Amino acid sequence: MDTVTILLSSFILSVTGLLVFIWSLRHRLFDSSSAAANVIFSPGEVGHGEEPAATPQQRAGLAQPVPGEARREPDAAEQAALEQELAERVQADRSSAFVTFVFLACSVVWLLVATAAGLTSSIKLHEPDWLVQYPWLTFGRIRTIHLNAVAYGWAPMAALGIAIWLLPRLLKTNLVGGRFAIFGAMLWNAGLIAGLGCIAAGISDGMEWLEIPWQVDVLLVAGGALVGLPLVYTLQSRKVHHLYVSIWYMGAALFWFPILFLIGNLPAVHFGVQQAAMNWWFGHNVLGLFYTPMAVASVYYFLPKIIGRPVQSYNLSLLGFWTLAFFYGQVGGHHLIGGPVPGWLITLSIVQSVMMVIPVISFSINQHMTMRGHFSKLLHSPTLRFIVLGGMMYTLSSIQGSIEALRSVNTVAHFTHFTVAHAHLGLYGFFSMVMFGAIYFVMPRVMAWEWPYPKLIAWHFWLVVLGFSIYFVGLTIGGWLQGLAMLDAARPFMESVEVTIPWLKSRSVGGAIMTIGHLVFAWHFTAMALRYGPRRVGAALLHTGGGSAAPSSNLAEA
Amino acid sequence: MQDELKLLGGAMVTLALATSALVVVPHVQLRNTEPPAALKPYTAQQLRGRQVYIENGCVYCHSQQPRDKSQAPDDQRGWGRASVAADYYYDTPHLLGTMRTGPDLFNIGARQPSADWHLGHMYQPRAYVPGSIMPSYPYLFDVKDAAEPGDRVVNLPPGFKPAGKVVVAKPEVLDLVAYLQGLDHTYPVLPAPKAKGGQHVAK
Repeated sequence: MDTVTILLSSFILSVTGLLVFIWSLRHRLFDSSSAAANVIFSPGEVGHGEEPAATPQQRAGLAQPVPGEARREPDAAEQAALEQELAERVQADRSSAFVTFVFLACSVVWLLVATAAGLTSSIKLHEPDWLVQYPWLTFGRIRTIHLNAVAYGWAPMAALGIAIWLLPRLLKTNLVGGRFAIFGAMLWNAGLIAGLGCIAAGISDGMEWLEIPWQVDVLLVAGGALVGLPLVYTLQSRKVHHLYVSIWYMGAALFWFPILFLIGNLPAVHFGVQQAAMNWWFGHNVLGLFYTPMAVASVYYFLPKIIGRPVQSYNLSLLGFWTLAFFYGQVGGHHLIGGPVPGWLITLSIVQSVMMVIPVISFSINQHMTMRGHFSKLLHSPTLRFIVLGGMMYTLSSIQGSIEALRSVNTVAHFTHFTVAHAHLGLYGFFSMVMFGAIYFVMPRVMAWEWPYPKLIAWHFWLVVLGFSIYFVGLTIGGWLQGLAMLDAARPFMESVEVTIPWLKSRSVGGAIMTIGHLVFAWHFTAMALRYGPRRVGAALLHTGGGSAAPSSNLAEA
Repeated sequence: MQDELKLLGGAMVTLALATSALVVVPHVQLRNTEPPAALKPYTAQQLRGRQVYIENGCVYCHSQQPRDKSQAPDDQRGWGRASVAADYYYDTPHLLGTMRTGPDLFNIGARQPSADWHLGHMYQPRAYVPGSIMPSYPYLFDVKDAAEPGDRVVNLPPGFKPAGKVVVAKPEVLDLVAYLQGLDHTYPVLPAPKAKGGQHVAK
């Protein structure tokens, strides 16, 4: 097939498809924009934020009016409707509480496993004779355990837990079929434990992101499908007219991921260089079509919810969604720039990587415009800090990714630690930060209990911000120097190794600080689950308008 | 947006486009690639060695895809000409790699044919390359008081030999070295008739 024809036709197809979708949604787009953005608020609720993780002092701070805020006290009819809706929301929260708790608890355990494996691998890169007696601790295996524990443990467990909690709220109904999700989580975790065991024992499919043997992947696929069922059932029993923007992202991601995972793991179909193309189609789409939309969906819910203000522009979020769907899927080939794959594939991926600027900018503008005038709320809301910082890191990492895909930049950055730093900016700086914030928001509702030691939330935040800054800045510099050294034929290869050593050490320091942050988080999570700590004002209440009575424990309802 | 079918339909269309661009079309285009005449299939021992390479995650630090000289000085480092799709005819799973914490290994067999060097380097990389950050692999070797018949004793530089002991290579590491010695793609590749390898073929 002719290269130019393929490139042109796929590009024209993309753009045509995009236009068709925008056109088909257009007539509903303009008349319903504010109604659709308001769907997460009950009548009279706008102007009253919800922040379950805040202390009474922080809550008072949050309640201070900011200039230009559209807040008014609801009249009697609205007040009655509000009471009714809040009672329903409590009911919705209760229906998802146990399932959410199971997923989030698993995510915290996998976070600790992944952190330990990651820190060990980091230290091994500058202490190569440390812990070399045991095969499972060799760098090539423990590093892979780190990646898989993040990619299939922490990240999906947290994202699915948040999704299961959000869906009933967004659809104003109860979670239907939660038992399937519990069973799915059991299968998934069993598969992951088996998969990590295989990697530790040296049984691997041999491709990055797809190491878990396909025989074990069957468990993950079955588990994932079972988790999907309640989402479908809940969607069917929805009581809202508008599907809020978070639903698009989560709904699409939950259908994209199984397809990606299935095609990626088909045995005996892919071969040679074609397999490499498939490998990076998968590797990048797990980030772009699963983790990213799940975290973006969370930002689109929690950010407006906490500050009590609807998303600024519904149209922008629509544009952002469809452009992400179109462009992100085709960017994976930029991992093979300079490699032995067809040239058109590389060019296509570079073009689409640069096109990713559109969804990212539309998200960023939307977030900034929504936050405008409300930035003071960051001082008072521990959750908002994580979410807003995470959103900013999304912008940064995506723009960095677009630039990194350019051939001239890629020539230096490819094959170096620069790429590792970039990957962590996306999956940690953006995704994990948003998930931390979401968990801090959700858990008081799930447990009907306040966070016992609010100061620990601040400790967690500042520890991971400090640790990750050291990690990212150091590794970025080190990786770039490594790339420059490798491109200079006059310098021996070993110089490209030596130049990274101080930066690899700084990465371990940053990683150790992040580890302490994660331990604080996990301990706090456990303390809350076990109801340790001083009881502050009792079980977390909805503090909007009239206080609806919250149940003493949501878990018993499952 | 009110219609979940429209949402899912659109989401599936975009994914289908991406899948055809990055998975299906490359599959169709590369399906009929023929192996170069000078490229030999792996021997059984080399295949076992390749498995050891996969088991221990060598791919996370070593690429197997030299870049073209117009892009990077890979050939001047002795890593070889830019690779083409046909070079990977016998490779399943592919081991192209994305990191060069260590050097590219696509032509390591031509660059470093010595089994002694490889064995010693695997036992203790810093015995041969000062400053190397490659892990040592003691679990691929036995340390014995004396060699038995049939043992492959590893010759180590002075100072790296355990006092009064001999280091004997286990079968896995011998397979791995056979695989590495076989990594030799120095044969010439003529411009492919149907532009199989994209922009680098003609160089």
